[in-house]
Amino acid sequence: MNPLRRTLIAALAFAIARPLAALAAWNKEAFSAKTPGDALKGLGIGNATPSKDLQIEAPEIAENGAVVPIEIASAIAGTSALIVMIEKNPFPLTARFDFKEGALPFVKLNVKMGETSDVRVLAEAGGKYFTATQEIKVTIGGCGG
Amino acid sequence: MAAGPMKMRASLGAGFTDVRVLMTHPMETGLRKDADGKIVPQHFIQNLTVKMNGKTVIDAQISQAVSRNPVFSFRLKGGAKGDKIEVSWLDNHGESAAIEAAVA
Amino acid sequence: MRLIAFAAALFASCAASAQDVGKEIQRYRQMVAEGSPAELFELPGEELWKKPQGPKNVSLERCDLGEGPGVLKGAYAHLPRYFKDADRVMDLESRLLYCMSTLQGRSRDEATARVFGSAERPSEFELLSIYIAGESRGVRIEPGMSQPKEKATYELGRALYFHRVGAWDFSCASCHGDEGKRIRMQELPVLYKPQYARPVIASWPAYRVSTSQVITLQWRMNDCYRQMRTPEPTFGSETTVALIHFLTVTARGEPYHGPGNKR
Repeated sequence: MNPLRRTLIAALAFAIARPLAALAAWNKEAFSAKTPGDALKGLGIGNATPSKDLQIEAPEIAENGAVVPIEIASAIAGTSALIVMIEKNPFPLTARFDFKEGALPFVKLNVKMGETSDVRVLAEAGGKYFTATQEIKVTIGGCGG
Repeated sequence: MAAGPMKMRASLGAGFTDVRVLMTHPMETGLRKDADGKIVPQHFIQNLTVKMNGKTVIDAQISQAVSRNPVFSFRLKGGAKGDKIEVSWLDNHGESAAIEAAVA
Repeated sequence: MRLIAFAAALFASCAASAQDVGKEIQRYRQMVAEGSPAELFELPGEELWKKPQGPKNVSLERCDLGEGPGVLKGAYAHLPRYFKDADRVMDLESRLLYCMSTLQGRSRDEATARVFGSAERPSEFELLSIYIAGESRGVRIEPGMSQPKEKATYELGRALYFHRVGAWDFSCASCHGDEGKRIRMQELPVLYKPQYARPVIASWPAYRVSTSQVITLQWRMNDCYRQMRTPEPTFGSETTVALIHFLTVTARGEPYHGPGNKR
């Protein structure tokens, strides 16, 4: 980690009790889907065009499936959402990020993978969908660490 | 469950603001068994909101497949020293937490 | 976090040479390090450091970790070292235990009731270690090696490293003694050689991704002995401190990277 970027600012963490009524939507149908096809259906996504402008930055081998770092950046004009699916997970749909005015279509997150699998990323831009895929091998490690 | 520690760093990059947020959360999938062989029930963050100066810029829906103690990095357009960033989460139990920091 | 693991190492699909594998694993480790929850534990660690506890109801803030009472900057990077008041060489955890006893009046039994914690609840030693180690980020690792007991502890550690024990007749060197060895995916660093010891020692204590736990060197010594099928060593014992000292001296000169991440 670059120490220059470690500008830790005084931050306030507070727990707030939010009434469930102040709902943030959570697409239960899509997140409960057991196949990538059903997840896409739940998201209302039909066709997605492969695009080289949708970049996945992730290791090809993960030492452990509990924490697999994935970075996604879209250079597709007008990208308003990024969707992450781990095809072989029990429930493939992992995350959906909606970017409003002021945010760049970029995210880095850590995901759990049950086994070696394709990680499929989709980008929504101007009502159309684009896609990119990368396989990540998940290994069983030795006793180390 | 009291929300555990959260940390956030917001710093200026090349034409964007880099936001890294770390949160404490078990992100239980509901597939794991405890020492007594009982299933540990699902308990995970479902929604994440990122605000810049009070305005929502990112809305996220995440699943139990996000790693325990999630760490996210986002990039916001522009930004200047002192801009207020707030990240909040809401889980499937209705519990929530938030953190606020100024861009450095 | 245990998942239903359908074992995966797919080297069959490979033209993947050992070098490619090594490179990708390095990339994995680097990306994890750049987005790791490890530093989350520094906050509760700091709170514990400042929390009055024990019969004397004082905090650990006057604990002398070698740089003066309460001085944390660089303290971890200069351990283990000899302490005159205890008349022995101590690593961070045995020194913390000493302060818990002398400053806070806590009994050894009480303070060591739970030396290794869990994902939900790290132990006091784990939280304190992450916090205190964080205060040595960037500081060159320089454990004590001038005082006679420091030298003797180093020699003991080195002897122990190669000493075969237990049901399987293992020593540390059985796994960590030759180049090019690995257990499944993990390369086994030859820790008596500086170039291998340095990056390893410079990243403990750590966050262990497979269990979401904070782990320390005392835990590592304990777990290694367990895996060698010997009785587990006593927390903060002469054995564990000697081994940690030997490894740290072997790693000296490396700037401490800060709390790391392990598989």
